[in-house]
Amino acid sequence: MGKILLEVDNLTKFFNTPSGQLHAVDGVSFQIEEGKTLGIVGESGCGKSTTGRSILKLIEPTGGKIIFDGKDITNYSRRQMRPLRTEMQMIFQDPFSSLDPRQSVMQLISEPIIEHKLLSGKAEIEKRTLELMETVGLAKRLMNSYPHELDGGRRQRIGVARALAVNPKLIVCDEPVSALDVSIQAQILNLLEDLQKDLGLTYIFITHDLSVVKYFSDDIAVMYMGQMVEKAPSDEIFANPTHPYTKALLSAIPIPTIGKEKPVRQLIRGEITSPVNLPDECRFFGRCDVCDEAICKKCNPTLVEISPKHFVACNKIAMKE
Amino acid sequence: MTDKILEVKDLVVQYVTDDGCVEAVNDLSFSIGKKKTLGLVGETGAGKTTTALSILNLIPSPPGEIKSGSIMLDGSDVLTMDQEELQKMRGNDVAMIFQDPMTALNPVMTIGEQIAESIELHEKISKKESMERAKEMLKLVGIAESRAYDYPHQFSGGMRQRVVIAIALACNPKLLLADEPTTALDVTIQAQVLELIKKLITERDMSMLLITHDLGVVAEVCDDVAVMYAGRIVEIGTAAEIFNETAHPYTEGLFNSLPNLKQRGEKLVPITGMMPDPMDLPEGCSFAPRCPYATEACKKANPGLRHLGGSHYVACQAYERENFKLGGEQ
Repeated sequence: MGKILLEVDNLTKFFNTPSGQLHAVDGVSFQIEEGKTLGIVGESGCGKSTTGRSILKLIEPTGGKIIFDGKDITNYSRRQMRPLRTEMQMIFQDPFSSLDPRQSVMQLISEPIIEHKLLSGKAEIEKRTLELMETVGLAKRLMNSYPHELDGGRRQRIGVARALAVNPKLIVCDEPVSALDVSIQAQILNLLEDLQKDLGLTYIFITHDLSVVKYFSDDIAVMYMGQMVEKAPSDEIFANPTHPYTKALLSAIPIPTIGKEKPVRQLIRGEITSPVNLPDECRFFGRCDVCDEAICKKCNPTLVEISPKHFVACNKIAMKE
Repeated sequence: MTDKILEVKDLVVQYVTDDGCVEAVNDLSFSIGKKKTLGLVGETGAGKTTTALSILNLIPSPPGEIKSGSIMLDGSDVLTMDQEELQKMRGNDVAMIFQDPMTALNPVMTIGEQIAESIELHEKISKKESMERAKEMLKLVGIAESRAYDYPHQFSGGMRQRVVIAIALACNPKLLLADEPTTALDVTIQAQVLELIKKLITERDMSMLLITHDLGVVAEVCDDVAVMYAGRIVEIGTAAEIFNETAHPYTEGLFNSLPNLKQRGEKLVPITGMMPDPMDLPEGCSFAPRCPYATEACKKANPGLRHLGGSHYVACQAYERENFKLGGEQ
């Protein structure tokens, strides 16, 4: 087993809203080894982005512990976090709104280098910027272009280059390919994979797209209403999905084949509700087909290890074990 | 030709801007049979939405202009209709579902009123009756009648898309144009909405043009598939032909780019380069600069559609060569 780079223990983030306390992230725990990828999957509003942002302390967590590279950074101030910013970076979903429209490609990519005083001297900085552009596959001639002149794929490459500029260890990728066309999506996924191999990066890959996660992740965590409902190595979770929500999520992916045998669709009823003022019941209760009112309405299940490294939070399964 | 609900022939649509002329749709021809669903697949900027808007004669003009071609809707040409006929046709014979349910609804009208509005426009019917019909439609798409008096902001994304579907189907159109109807939705909700659309169009004997970039959705829903690239159809045929006997290099590229067919660790094979600027399309085949099979000949002339058997057509010059097969030559 490799070195643990990031450990998150019982992370919570609550927001106060007029209608009550919103449990955006509610007791999430996981560890990531150096050089590995954790995929966090879930639907809109399940708290996956909030988790990603809390880890980087872009939003202040309400409770829990974040241990990065051996240091407990949970209560670090902004100033204490600053030097750490070079070690943990983020790639955002929307390459259209995450880049300053008034900066050229050159300025955008060199900004983090200058900001963190990693290099001094114009020539040095320019050399490094061009190097980064080459790494992410941006042609040199684009250095004086502005974001609006570029298509989504190239803009996302700028986002990747900006994250790489400070030589980070951990990159949180928040839906990095969702806004892109499939053929471009594949280019960016391949790029991220190559970078991981070459630079030994560790990724947290947040997405709603299970097929992307399968392709990319070592471990996968499925989130539902602020909680992790299942966590397992990638191959295991696809071969042996156990939580009713994971099963529904997997069977909802439309499969692009014709005439070949397809598994029967399991549709789930209803929609995700807002996690405000939650009673102590299973959060999937209202949509679940296998639930047992006597138990599931009374107890919110916790993660149980059902086989090595495979954790599931479901009352029915916990009973069987 | 009575078995076709829609026949588009040699359609050319251009957007004339100060910077130049955008050739959005070039010589497009396809047809949709009665009770059939055609999937129109392609990437951003391929001209899919422009095609759908042309069918309703809704291309914003200026800058858009339908240069030539004909669009026969159940026997009458949409492009020669006057305003009154068009208004009768829109919503009544052909209805459209837009991609984004968040912006497609009027925020200051109740859901019930919005559904009733389209019925009132096309039928002589009292307010009370139309509201009753609106409630029926809501029930049909799986929303409680009592919610007819709620406003769009009180609904979730999936529910709003159901409302949009209810509005589109309220007048029993013969043809439904669905422009990326599930792209903005979560997968589990997407599955629900797709099931609903599938059920409703079969029940009502409707035809559908489904615009999407998601080949998975196409496989779920469509009978026939047309693949668009840079304003042209590069391959068209039944879904089985397109998926199992893929003929065009671009279609092959699309399938190779999909992560879900692959196992972990295997490299994805993206299509190199980018879609050409529609303001400045290359000579000859538009896909040639990105095509692994392209030869000098491809850069000279634009390939026409070539018949491969069945209802399968492909626009690719490589098939001039003897024994050409995708993946085989290179």
